[in-house]
Amino acid sequence: MEARALRMRPGTWLVWALVVFFMVNVLGVIGSVVLDSFGRTWFNGWAPQGYTSSNYSQAWDEFDLGQVMTVTFQVTLLVVAISLALGVPASYALARRDFPGKRLVMLLFVLPILVPPIAYGIPLATMLYKVHLAGSFTGVVAANLVPSVPFVVYTMTPFIEQIDPRLEQAARMCGAPTRSVLGRIIAPLLLPGMLAAGILVLVRTFGMFELTFLTAGPTSQTLVVSLFSAATSAGIRSSQNIDAMAVIYTGSMLVLLVIALRFVNPTQLVARSRD
Amino acid sequence: MTAATITQAPKLALRHRLAERGIDRTLLLILPGVIAIAALFCYPFIYGLGLSFQPAKGGVLGAYSAFFSDSFSEGTIWKTFSLAIPSALINVGLSVPISYRMRGDFRGKRLLLTLLVVPITLGTVLTAEGILEYFGPVGWFNLTLQKLGLVGAGHPVNLINDYWGVLFSLIISGFPFAFLLTHSYLSGIHPALEKAAATLGAGWWQRFRHVTFPLLLPGLLTTFCLTFVLGFSVFPSAIMVGDPDGKTHVISIEAYEQALQNFNYPQGCADAMIMTALMLLVIGLVMGIRALRFKGERIFYTGSTGGKG
Repeated sequence: MEARALRMRPGTWLVWALVVFFMVNVLGVIGSVVLDSFGRTWFNGWAPQGYTSSNYSQAWDEFDLGQVMTVTFQVTLLVVAISLALGVPASYALARRDFPGKRLVMLLFVLPILVPPIAYGIPLATMLYKVHLAGSFTGVVAANLVPSVPFVVYTMTPFIEQIDPRLEQAARMCGAPTRSVLGRIIAPLLLPGMLAAGILVLVRTFGMFELTFLTAGPTSQTLVVSLFSAATSAGIRSSQNIDAMAVIYTGSMLVLLVIALRFVNPTQLVARSRD
Repeated sequence: MTAATITQAPKLALRHRLAERGIDRTLLLILPGVIAIAALFCYPFIYGLGLSFQPAKGGVLGAYSAFFSDSFSEGTIWKTFSLAIPSALINVGLSVPISYRMRGDFRGKRLLLTLLVVPITLGTVLTAEGILEYFGPVGWFNLTLQKLGLVGAGHPVNLINDYWGVLFSLIISGFPFAFLLTHSYLSGIHPALEKAAATLGAGWWQRFRHVTFPLLLPGLLTTFCLTFVLGFSVFPSAIMVGDPDGKTHVISIEAYEQALQNFNYPQGCADAMIMTALMLLVIGLVMGIRALRFKGERIFYTGSTGGKG
């Protein structure tokens, strides 16, 4: 192994050096937040002067994180449930039927993924103000559905396409009514795909900043939005408390990520799998 | 009885004919999803477009002329492009050699892919918070530069609250994204194609230049579009690590301030429409390049890359 490593071409060395350099910087970015969250003060030097865990309890009280966490999980779980309920039937029809205007429907579902959230979030927030939903819990959930439903459709359609339609036909031939075809043939086969899509939506909604920021009010903020508000209105708050909150956010995100990676391939987090 | 058959026959036939074209009751399953997207995406967008033509003053196109006549708001276009284009080029440019080197299987590949996913899922807010500390005047990055003797002790490199901090944040969250996409495009190209070229005596550069790269190019253009969109809509990090009232006053900040700070909804919607139009223009251009034909032949191969054909 050692001898082989030394014989690597300069190009290979350069590529690995780039990867290592990138990773070191990412670790530095995350590490300085984590270290600072345990520090008493850190004005200069390599490490804080003394360590404490009181930043966490202070941050928890100061930013009312108990309420924020409750809202975050309520929003996220509702978005997952509703987007699965709307997206899975649509992807079933899209996978099984070829009909006039199918390309138009596909375009309709790709646009919310392609157009940046800020660009449609501002008109959406304006509309929500007009119907008095801005700042409410409902408004935040509705806004987060916009990218989630198409995301479920695009993750589930290839998944359904690879389930053999003859299984359903065979069940029908044996006299099963639609209800049992859905409940006993399709649903069990779809469960792994729905789990993967649901977890992906969970991770994305938990980290979705723009849409929640544009539509949330004081009582409907999710964790990432109150982190942003705390960080941008700093000055009166210690950076240690903000970093403690950032670490709480990162920790929850990493837990979700570890769960997600048990069920899905890393590349699926950015795009639907091509194989 | 005959009357019943006569009235029922055309009804059945119509249903049958529709079913032959793929229209049957299964299609009703699409409706909930389509209605949700129409109500929450299409309607607000059209509503916003209509609102942008009804400003308080200046007539139908008042909001648009207000945007383009004010040099501060018009300058956001240039500022946004000067962040989005370099970051997209860097992200795609770095992804190609790195994912080309890593196309095979090696120990710890899944771990590496997992590590690369982390910055994407952390999101821009956390990345920005980290950049503020890590690249700050007394952060580890500047301390390292001082230790290496690259900068003087009292003169740290100023990277935050500036263009560079935002560019770094776009690379930290955008590069893993570009890499994973490029990697999945590359693993879609069958290794037998390259092996065939190697059998015919092609060196690694020839194999890359004439076999892999042309097959990868359509995927790279898509990757470029997606990372460009990420950079073009940069928002939280431009506020947190950038200079939101100056060098990184990008178009999304302008639209946000108009709509939700000045409560000038028509202006905010007009800015959002300009933003969408510019973004679609760039994507259209790149996709147009992808579909370019030279003497009736596609320049870019967009067919199967599975190696079976």
